[in-house]
Amino acid sequence: MTEFFQSLGMNYEWAWFVATIAGILLIALPLMLAVAMIIYVDRKVWAAINLRRGPNVVGPFGLLQSFADGLKVFLQETIIPSAANKGIFILAPIVTFTVALMAWAVIPFDAGVVLADINVGLLYIFAISSLSVYGIIMAGWASNSKYPFFSAMRASAQMISYEVSIGFIMVGVILYAGSFNLTDIVMAQKGHGLGIVNGYVFNILLFPIFVMFFISALAETQRVPFDLTEAESELVAGYQTEYSSMSFALFWLGEYANILLMCALMTILFFGGWLPPLDIDLIPWFDIPGVIWFFGKMFMFFFMFSWVMATVPRYRYDQLMRLGWKVFLPLSLFFVVLISGWLMATGHYGAAA
Amino acid sequence: MIQTFAFYLFAVLVIASAVMVITARNPVHSVLWLILAFFNAAGLMVLVGAEFIAMLLVIVYVGAVAVLFLFVVMMLDIDVAAMRAGFMKNFPLGIAIALILLAELVLGIGAYRTGAIELGTPLASDAPAMVESNTAAIGAMLYSKYIVLFEAAGIILLVAMIGAIVLTHRPSKSKRGQQDIGKQVRRNPDEATVMKQPTVGEGVEL
Repeated sequence: MTEFFQSLGMNYEWAWFVATIAGILLIALPLMLAVAMIIYVDRKVWAAINLRRGPNVVGPFGLLQSFADGLKVFLQETIIPSAANKGIFILAPIVTFTVALMAWAVIPFDAGVVLADINVGLLYIFAISSLSVYGIIMAGWASNSKYPFFSAMRASAQMISYEVSIGFIMVGVILYAGSFNLTDIVMAQKGHGLGIVNGYVFNILLFPIFVMFFISALAETQRVPFDLTEAESELVAGYQTEYSSMSFALFWLGEYANILLMCALMTILFFGGWLPPLDIDLIPWFDIPGVIWFFGKMFMFFFMFSWVMATVPRYRYDQLMRLGWKVFLPLSLFFVVLISGWLMATGHYGAAA
Repeated sequence: MIQTFAFYLFAVLVIASAVMVITARNPVHSVLWLILAFFNAAGLMVLVGAEFIAMLLVIVYVGAVAVLFLFVVMMLDIDVAAMRAGFMKNFPLGIAIALILLAELVLGIGAYRTGAIELGTPLASDAPAMVESNTAAIGAMLYSKYIVLFEAAGIILLVAMIGAIVLTHRPSKSKRGQQDIGKQVRRNPDEATVMKQPTVGEGVEL
C-alpha cells in the first residue's frame, strides 16, 4: 500500500505513515462492524436454542439491534463513582478495547493480506492476549467496590492459569509448522493430511490439543462455562458493575473482539486459515477468495462459542482452577513431549533418529 | 526518520514512566507505571531487531510477573503516612545504595567506552548467520554453545518448582478437609435429591 501512496507523489515516510493508518482503519472499522453483527448472531443463536425469537424488532429481522443498543448506550450519562480512582477508572475500558484491537495487526486474512507480517506473529498474539487481563484488573480495583474487586482477582488468576496451557498448545503447533509467523503456519498446513486435507486438526496428534485450545479459549475470553468474573449470582456484574454508558460499551466491544480473535486464532492454527478444506481441485473452490474461507471458518467457531454459552452451566471456581492446573497443564505438557518426540523420530527436521 | 521518531518516543516514555514509578504516591499507580516502562522497553528491543526477546519481555514480565505484583500490591493495605515516618530512619541506607548504583553506572559507561570485552576469540561458526530469524539464532546458540548453562538453568527452575509444590502441598487426610473430585463428578440426581409431596400445613420431614 506504501507504493500506492508513493505513486501519488508523497515521499517514503509520509506514504508509509498514511498507508499504515489506512491499514489500521481498514482492519479496525470492519472489525467494529463485525463485532456489532456478531453480538446479534450470538443473541439469535441463544434464542434459537432456547426456543425464543431473539431480537426481531429493530430493522429487518432485528439486524440493527446492536446499533440501537450502541446508540442507547452512547446517549447515556457516564457515571463515575465518587470513591473511584478516577484516572484508572476511565483508563480501564480504554485499555481493554485497545488491547483487543492490537492483536489483529498480525492476523493474515488471506495470502499477503496482513498489516504486519512479523516473524514472531504468534508470540505477539500471545503477548497481547496476556495484556488483556489488565483492563479487568484496573477496572476492578479502580471501582473501589468489593464485587468488582473479587471479579478482578478471579479474572487475573483465571487468565494466568489458562495462558500456560494455551502456550504449550501453541508450542505443539509451532513444532509442526517450524515457524512463529502466522502466514507460514497457515502455509505449512497446505496438504497436511496425506496431501489432501488442509489443516492441522486432521492430524491425530494435534486434534486433542485443538479441543484443549477451544476450551482454554473459552476460559481466556471468560465465556460460559468459565464466566466466573461476571457470575451474576455471586458478583452482581463483576468488574463492570460500576460502569455505565460508553465505558461499559467499550468493555463489551473488547470482549467480543477478543472472542473473534480466538476464533481467528483457531482458524489459523488448526483449520488452515484461508485455505479451502481440501487441497484437491474437484470443484472450483480455489476460485473462492481466501477471505471468504477465513470468515466462514471463524463464523463456524463463533457458532460453537454461542452454542456452548446456551447449553453449558457455569463451573465452580475451584473446578475451574483444577481443570486448568491439574488437567490441562499436564496434558498439554505431555502432548508437547509426544509431538516433539514424534517429529524427531520421523525426521521432520531433517535429522532422522 | 520513522526509526528515530520511534526510538525517542519509546526512550522518553521508558524514562518518564520509570520516574513516575518512584514518584507516584499510590503503590498501584507505581506498578502500572512499571508495566508501561516494561512495555516501552520491549518497543526498544524491537527497534534493535531483537523481536523474540521483546515478545518474551512482554509475555513474562508484563503478562505474568507484573500481574502477580499488581495482585499483591492491590491486596496490601498500605499506609502511606507510616511509610513516610520510616523515611528518615532508612535515609542513610538509601543514600548508600544510590551511591553504589551511581558508581556502577559510571563504571559501566567507562567500560563501554573502552570497547568490547575480550574473553576469548569467537569461532567463525559461532557468528550468527544474518539470514535466519533471531528466534532460530537464539535457539541454535542455546542448544549448542550454551547447552550446559541452559540445562543447569532448567534444573534450577525444576527444583524451584518442586519446592513450591512441596510447600503448598496438603496431605490427602488433612484436618482442613479434602475434596474427592471423583466423588463429586459421580454424584447424580438420584442420590442428591428427593421428591416429597408435603401435605398442607405440615411441611416436609427429612
